[in-house]
Amino acid sequence: MACTEVRLSGSGGQGLLLCGIVLAEAAILDGLNAVQTQSYGPEARGGASKSEVIISDAKIFYPKVRKPDVFLALTQEAYDKYVGNLKESGIIIVDETVNADEAPCREKYSVPILRTAREAVGKAMVANIVALGTINAITGLVSEASLEKAVLNRVPPGTEELNRRALDEGRKICQNLR
Amino acid sequence: MASSLIEKYMRMDKLPHIWCPGCGHGIVMRAVVKAIDELELNREKICIVSGIGCSSRAPGYMNFNTLHTTHGRALAFATGIKHANPELEVIVLTGDGDCTAIGGNHLIHAARRNMGITTVVFNNNIYGMTGGQYSPTTPTGDKGTTAPYGNIDKVFDICSLAQAAGATYTGRATVYHAQLLIRLIKDGIKNKGFSLIDAISVCPTYYGRKNKKGDSVRIMEWLKDNAVNVAAASKLPPEKLAGKFLIGELYNNPQPEYTEEYKKIVESFQRG
Amino acid sequence: MNDKNVRLMQGNEACVEGAIAAGMRFFAGYPITPSTEIAEGSSEKLPQVGGKFVQMEDEIGSIAAVIGASLTGLKSMTATSGPGMSLKLENIGYAAIAEIPCVIVNVQRGGPSTGLPTSPAQGDIMQARWGTHGDHPTIALYPSSVSEIYQITIEAFNMAEKYRMPVILLMDEVIGHMRERIELPERSALQIIDRKKPSVGPEQYLPYQADADGGVPEMASFGDGYRFHVTGLVHDETGFPSNSSEVTARLINRLMKKIENNLDDILRYEEENTGDADTLLLAYGCTARSAKSAMDAAREEGMKVGLFRPITIWPFPEQKVRELAQRVKRIIVPEMNLGQYILEVQRVAGGSCTVEGVNRADGEIITPEDILDKIKGVF
Repeated sequence: MACTEVRLSGSGGQGLLLCGIVLAEAAILDGLNAVQTQSYGPEARGGASKSEVIISDAKIFYPKVRKPDVFLALTQEAYDKYVGNLKESGIIIVDETVNADEAPCREKYSVPILRTAREAVGKAMVANIVALGTINAITGLVSEASLEKAVLNRVPPGTEELNRRALDEGRKICQNLR
Repeated sequence: MASSLIEKYMRMDKLPHIWCPGCGHGIVMRAVVKAIDELELNREKICIVSGIGCSSRAPGYMNFNTLHTTHGRALAFATGIKHANPELEVIVLTGDGDCTAIGGNHLIHAARRNMGITTVVFNNNIYGMTGGQYSPTTPTGDKGTTAPYGNIDKVFDICSLAQAAGATYTGRATVYHAQLLIRLIKDGIKNKGFSLIDAISVCPTYYGRKNKKGDSVRIMEWLKDNAVNVAAASKLPPEKLAGKFLIGELYNNPQPEYTEEYKKIVESFQRG
Repeated sequence: MNDKNVRLMQGNEACVEGAIAAGMRFFAGYPITPSTEIAEGSSEKLPQVGGKFVQMEDEIGSIAAVIGASLTGLKSMTATSGPGMSLKLENIGYAAIAEIPCVIVNVQRGGPSTGLPTSPAQGDIMQARWGTHGDHPTIALYPSSVSEIYQITIEAFNMAEKYRMPVILLMDEVIGHMRERIELPERSALQIIDRKKPSVGPEQYLPYQADADGGVPEMASFGDGYRFHVTGLVHDETGFPSNSSEVTARLINRLMKKIENNLDDILRYEEENTGDADTLLLAYGCTARSAKSAMDAAREEGMKVGLFRPITIWPFPEQKVRELAQRVKRIIVPEMNLGQYILEVQRVAGGSCTVEGVNRADGEIITPEDILDKIKGVF
């Protein structure tokens, strides 16, 4: 793997920032380099928001994502706003509520992330962690062990079990796809 | 010959001071030194901080740790000093413009935090150093070089302002009532939290001349005739108090001091 | 991350970690985007190491409190962004003339005024040098990665203490907010410098007496038994005010000489591929990261491009840039402003090569492509 650019998007408050931090931290746990940045506009409080991660085995200089290899959108608004300049070989992962018919790249997954968080895990708030499970099951960007460790490092104390389940349910969505 | 108090506490080589003949500031400065002497404080642990203006030249004459800062900022510098080293007895000497105009924000927040600082305001109702412009304590209707047709601003009551902001000790005296002034400064220093003493001074050069108030002695007489001690005031009918102002201890309500509260946070980690 | 010292860390967080490692024990600040995480981190970490944090009523009060705390002997810092920096300038001048060690962090955002609070910029380069009034020395440092923020924050404290002056640590929203890999050095491996304390007793102590090298006076702390006077007025060796032109000249010259005589110690920079370069990129902060990517891409296409990255922004690395200007055909200065640092480069190059800018002041980071286009456009 030379360099993978990941864009995670949704609405403000869905925890996309944490999602990016966890993914970057998992990459570093794997001994890779990672840079995480985020949009800091007013959209960080509602509206569409994004968090971006670059993962590479080499040093990363320019810190912003230019042509995402992996794109996650949890809401239609975020999808419409941030779907641009995806790589043709890129992977799109959207929540089932998002219409991605016009998606510009070959590999596309429409998955029930928000519903899984709400129903299978029982807490809508953990959709970001469900998404991480799904993304990693599809892309294999980081090792499962590092991902779980990074999640547990970064979630509030007392919510470890909930988040571990969220990660598991996220992975399972992907098994159902295949 | 200089008094023993002057010899003990003043930087003799920096005297005589720059204040005009008849200025009241020397009386306030002496009151501060006298209060320190009577309290037998360790002078190595006293830090005197000032801003800019006539009042703020005082620390240069006083043989302690002294800091002459920027205009209005004395209380903010003093906050850093007290917070960094709570062992220090921090005394701020400031003026009416320095403290309540450009430094007004620092005043209300130092009071709100109940920072362990004693503030003495050399209140002469005018910007003296720059030549007689009206200040937040220039009486409405009086003149200054920037109020040639009479000042239309309203006046700050500095003690009420400080008390409303959270000061736990306030008092007022004049340069005529020097003994009272010394007592109030002593009690202000003894209060662990934020104390403010409004020391009514006189500026015959600018305020007095511009407003035809006469020389220093005449203005002092006016202070004597118009100051009413707070204890006496409670027994007087309202009409007797018209046009007068209160002196004495105005507020004394000790509350937890800032650096002591912060210390508890630090100690919670040292225990663990 | 088998090594326990390897972490994912945000730039602003690395600044706090570096400051604590450098010995910071006092922070006063006021909330402002995009530097707030530095205040938040300091409020959390300082009491854990016996240090003090206070959120002041405004930016002016923050730098004032920092100077007060430094006078009691604590290493002190404040952090802000452009609008706050404008307010702090008053007392940065005070710290310069009264020679009070302190560190002021400016995580730059778009300006002027409230500008673009959440977007990056590099528009405060000249403000860092010339913001406060009067002639005075300036040290401003500007890291460009999270690891370097940690290291350069320590250096900022070291220089502040060594030269008894305010040191400005410039950052930008990009490097302040991004997270990347950092390997924290062992504390024992760090070089930490503390201010020189008086070598004489209180009776002999002159608070503004230059040391034997003609530079930095020894510094007592309030409460140590030295009872000295500090003022923002021009003062002589005793610390007391003077109107004498002779005293004034001596003071101001000594303040400037502290820097001029120690350039080798103060100047930090990095150069890459400058040996055979005919085109030199000169960039700092987050823009240097884009310049590095652009240089690598240009080199892959066979173009002889080099990179000079000043870390010490002020004083300007004059001699080094002059040398480089004489070797290359042109210097390209990308910066997220409409041309500030380039003015110094042009002055020093003095016509010995062409000097061109790549400029943006729209809240967007300059991309490697922006720079590459410039490199190619001129070929």
